[in-house]
Formats: sequence, C-alpha cells, structure tokens
Amino acid sequence: MSLVTATRLTKTYRVGDIDVPAIKGIDFAIEASSFVAFVGPSGSGKSTLLNMLGCLDHPSGGTLKVLDTDIATLDRRAAARFRGEHIGFVFQDFNLIPVLTVFENVEYPLRMVQLSGNKWPAAKRKEQVLRMLDAVGMADQADKRPDQISGGQKQRVAVARALVSQPKLVLADEPTANLDHDTAYRILELMKKMRDEFGTTFIFSTHDPKIMGEAETTFTLEDGRLQNGGSHV
Amino acid sequence: MFDVISIASRNLLRYRRRTMLTLLLIVIGMVAVLLFIAVAGSFRSMMVGQITDSVLGHLQVHRKGYVASIDNLPLNLNLKPPMVAKVEDALKANPAVETWSPRVKFGGMFSNFAETTSIRVNGIDPAREAATTPLLPGRMIEGEKAGALIGRGQIVIPQLLARGMKTKVGDTVVVVATNRDGSVNGKTFVVRGILESVTGPGGRDGYVHIDDARELLRMNEAEVSEIAVRLKDFSRLDRSAGQIKAALEGVSNKEGKPVLETHTWADLSPFANLAKMIDLMTLFIKVVLVSIVLVSVMNVMIMAVFERIREIGTIAAIGTPPSRILSLFLAEGLMLGLVGTVAGTLLSLVAIFGINLWSPTFNFGMQQNLVMAPTIAGGDVLTIAALVVVVAVVASLQPAWKASRMDPISALRHV
Ligand SMILES: Nc1ncnc2c1ncn2[C@@H]1O[C@H](COP(=O)(O)OP(=O)(O)OP(=O)(O)O)[C@@H](O)[C@H]1O
Ligand SMILES: [Mg+2]
Repeated sequence: MSLVTATRLTKTYRVGDIDVPAIKGIDFAIEASSFVAFVGPSGSGKSTLLNMLGCLDHPSGGTLKVLDTDIATLDRRAAARFRGEHIGFVFQDFNLIPVLTVFENVEYPLRMVQLSGNKWPAAKRKEQVLRMLDAVGMADQADKRPDQISGGQKQRVAVARALVSQPKLVLADEPTANLDHDTAYRILELMKKMRDEFGTTFIFSTHDPKIMGEAETTFTLEDGRLQNGGSHV
Repeated sequence: MFDVISIASRNLLRYRRRTMLTLLLIVIGMVAVLLFIAVAGSFRSMMVGQITDSVLGHLQVHRKGYVASIDNLPLNLNLKPPMVAKVEDALKANPAVETWSPRVKFGGMFSNFAETTSIRVNGIDPAREAATTPLLPGRMIEGEKAGALIGRGQIVIPQLLARGMKTKVGDTVVVVATNRDGSVNGKTFVVRGILESVTGPGGRDGYVHIDDARELLRMNEAEVSEIAVRLKDFSRLDRSAGQIKAALEGVSNKEGKPVLETHTWADLSPFANLAKMIDLMTLFIKVVLVSIVLVSVMNVMIMAVFERIREIGTIAAIGTPPSRILSLFLAEGLMLGLVGTVAGTLLSLVAIFGINLWSPTFNFGMQQNLVMAPTIAGGDVLTIAALVVVVAVVASLQPAWKASRMDPISALRHV
C-alpha cells in the first residue's frame, strides 16, 4: 500500500469567470520512506500539488489519498487535525514563530497542535524536542530567538519542528529557495538523514536543477502534467 | 491554556508601545469612571441620606391634595384620627416599614418680643421623629444633642432664624398661628436648640412637640398633617413605596374616592432631579468608557491580525485547530482588558484614598464646608472591572474570528 496515491487528479482555479487549470489529470504513487522531488518550471503546478498533498486545498477532480484517507472528504477542522497528526511542513521562508525561542518553536506542535490526550507529557516532550534539536544540530542554540540565527539555521529548526510530532509525511515547497547553494545542499542532506533515521517520507518541490539531484524519485511537472510518470534514480 | 496565555502575552509585548498606549487609554477610562462614581456617587448618597434621614423620611403619606399646596401648609387637609388609624394599620401590616412619625405642620409668626418673622413649624412626637429621621438630632448645632429631641413648651429653631433674630438657646419666644377657623392663638416656648440648615424642603423648619402644636392650633382631635415613613431597606424604596401606595389606595371616603396620597422623598425634593442627573451622567461616562475600550482594543487587535497573517497561515498549516487560533487572539484582548482593569482599579483606589486623606471641602446650596469623602462600593468596582474585561474580549472577537477562519494557503502567500 502506497503512502500517497493520486488518480486522475485535477485542480482548476476559478479566477472571475475563467477556469485556470493548474493540474490536468495526473497519476502517481509514493511509497513510505521515500525521498521525492517535484520539479518543473514556474507555474507548472508544483505548489498546487503540494498544497493538496498537505490537505490545505481540495482537488477539483480525481482522487488523492494520503495515508489511506481521501483528502476530499476532510472538512476544515478534520483537515487541520489530519495535518497536525500526520504531516509536517517546511516552508520556503522558514516561518518560525518570532516570539518563541528555537526550543519553543520545535515544541509548538506538541503543545498547541497535538491535543489528543497527554500523548506528550512535559518530560517526554522536552526529551523529544531536545532529540530533534540534536538531530538537526541546533541543540546549542535552543534558547535563541529566530531573529538571532541565520537562514540555514532557521530552516534546520523548521525541519526539527516538522518532525517533532513524528509525522509520516513531511512536505516542503521550495525549502531551499531562500538559501545559498551550499546551505541548500546541507538542508537537503539533513532531510535525507532524517528520513534515514526516522523513516519519514519527504516530498519537496524545487526548480533548482542542482538540488533536484538529491531526490531519489523525481516527478517532473510541465503545465500541470507529469512528464515521465516518475523517474527513479 | 497556559500556552495560549504565554504566547498571547509575548505577542502583546512584541509591540510594547502600542500595547502601552492601549492600556493607558483603558486605565484613563477606568480611573475617570471610578473616580466619578466615587465622588458624585458619595455626594449623591450623602445628600439623599441627609434629605431622607434628617428631614423627609423615606416616604410620606398625606391627605389627597396636601402636597399640591404644601407651600401654604394648609390646615384643612389634615388627617382625622380614624384615617390616621387606617394608615397606621396599613404601615404596621407592611414588613418593609421600620417606623413612622406623625407630624402637624403649620406656618406662623415667630417673635422674640423685639422682632417678628414668619416660621414653618413641625409638631412632632420626639421619640418617633428621632426614629424616623435619625440624623435630625445630629443637626443640633447649639443646645443639648442628647436626651429627648423636644419637650412640652420647647422649640427647636433653624440656624438662619436664630441668627436673624439673634435668638439663643434658653431664650423665651412666642409663636403665633392662625387656626383653621381663622382665629389667632399664641404660645410661648423656650428655645431648646438650634438646627443646622440642610438642602431640600423642610431643611429650614422649626420643631415643637406635637401636643403643643395641636394646642396652639386649637385642635380638639389628634389631627395629623403628614406621616413620614422610614423603611428597613432604602434600596428597595420603589417596591415598598408601591406596596404602601397600593394598600392606601383602598382607603376611601364616603363617595368612594381615595383620600390618601403617598410620595417618596424623590417626589418631594428637587434634589431628586440632581440625583437623576448624576445617575444619567454616570451612565453616560460608562458608555464612553465602553466605547473607548471597544474601539482601542478592536483597533490593536485588527492590526495584530493583519500584521501576523503569515504567522497565522503557518500555525494553521501545521495543524493548529481554528478554535486554538481564535483563543490565541481572544487571550490577547482578554489580557489587555485584565491588565488595564487591574492597573485602572489600583490607580483609582489610590486616587480615592488620596482624596480622602486630603479631604477637600466644598459648598453646596446653603451648606458650607461639606467634606468630600468619596467612597466606592466593591460591587461597583467589580461591575466596572468586569465590564471592561468583557468589552475587551468582545472587541477582539471579530479579529480573532477572522484569524481563525483564514485560509492557510492565501495567508502563507501574503506579503
Ligand atoms: N490561487 C490561485 N488562483 C488562481 N490561479 C492560481 C492560484 N494558484 C496558482 N494558480 C495558477 O496555477 C498554476 C500553477 O501554479 P503553482 O503555484 O502551482 O506553480 P508552481 O509550479 O508552484 O510555480 P513556482 O515555481 O513559481 O512556485 C499557475 O498558472 C498559477 O497562475
Ligand atoms: Mg510554487
């Protein structure tokens, strides 16, 4: 059973009276613990697809199953719960919460999102946050504020935040677009290391050819269609 | 909940100056309201207390038509003994009534054998009058305060009269009055005491014993001009007055028309208008406070949501439930309200305490050197504080709701 399956998936935006098709019927499957890139030129539909994978948007047609859940069936609250439980996010501009320290940013999903019971009592929570910070090499910066660390460091913290509640899937839309090449490369290495360590599936998008090479599976989008049905390295 | 409060408070501190300005507005508003309530409210209750407890009583019962011509102190509108008995039965039957005092009121001439002037006199039963208007003995500025208010052959005269007629305690004076039939009668009295003047009708009346009054007026029955009533609980005046009025409505004459009328102190004293005005101003200033809090808190909360759209998108995307996002922003409004309330209350209490230490004096009407002694009831403080906190939360409701409904994708794209 695949972690993600898309069948004849379409997404059409409606701008005024005009339909703008962004995803034009694609099929793919992604296995658990894989390291996948969606690549393609600007406007090809990468973000549109990742938004649907992250249950932030509904498909217009076809089906998209994530962890056996047809995401079209999720309403606002159910989608929020689903994301909180199963999906981690890494953003292009890091999006750490400025009033929280590095430690608290990583702790945030455990305190504010995971509401089901005391799955994360204080002691266990602290241990988990420290473990994540350690894994991304930011344990020594735990008490700093986001504005006191560099972009690369922010993205490391963001990776730790995405993984802290042990989701099955982490989505990263252009996670390296705001980083220089070396740093971008290191973030990709870090994500891959995390995949190895925790078995989490990573799906990211990029239009940087040098970064694409880091993926183990690459899907190329072109004007809302998949080019080759997924090529494995 | 701790997390929501902690994040909200940090967000407030993030825009320190803006938060401070909003708090300042809330604090100024609270201090204005609480000080006004304390100063005007205690002035009001002092004056009302003085009027009711030293002159009028809480309410009064007369023969129908008496109050309309009360300025002339008519003698032909007195209550006859059987009627008085009916009134007393009704008052006895009402558990809200503490006590009452029958009075014979008349106008006459006052003479110290050298000069003559007019005087308004209440003939009273000293014990019942002291029970009905307990502040009356305290108004005695000259003469013995202790003991019976007045004895047979004694008169207590108002300050202005004493000054104008150069009359002292112990002097012998004559009071001359025309009785109902038009014949004139006079009686000598010894001045027992001199009364401080107070605001309101009757504040410059003299007092004699009710039996002397009847004798002077040559009444052959125990007639009564008015019955002043004191209630057990003044705060329930309107209810109790209504009950008494209803009970006395039933007392009718041979033609079946009601013969009695009941008036509360407010019906009888022009100060009631001033009291109403103070109440109205209190309401008005409360409305101003509510508007200040509403507008200032709503303003900062709308700005806070607008500035943090991407942050909202982020926390929504990673799965923060909409209700949590709502409570994050509500908590900010709540804390603005709470901190402003606490600071405003403390400052107000300090100011009220300060005024009491300083105890400035003021004049009102004929009364001079009244000491301003503002007090405020705990209930009033709590009501205002709760009002401010509730309004602050209500003001953040719309912005917080907007934040919780935000679509994560467009919020994240927001620049
Ligand atoms: N909210 C929207 N409303 C209307 N059209 C949209 C919307 N979002 C995306 N589109 C359109 O859908 C198509 C795909 O956009 P998308 O953002 O998915 O591309 P992308 O591959 O992520 O591009 P980039 O590399 O520039 O981020 C584009 O033609 C875009 O104009
Ligand atoms: Mg994009």
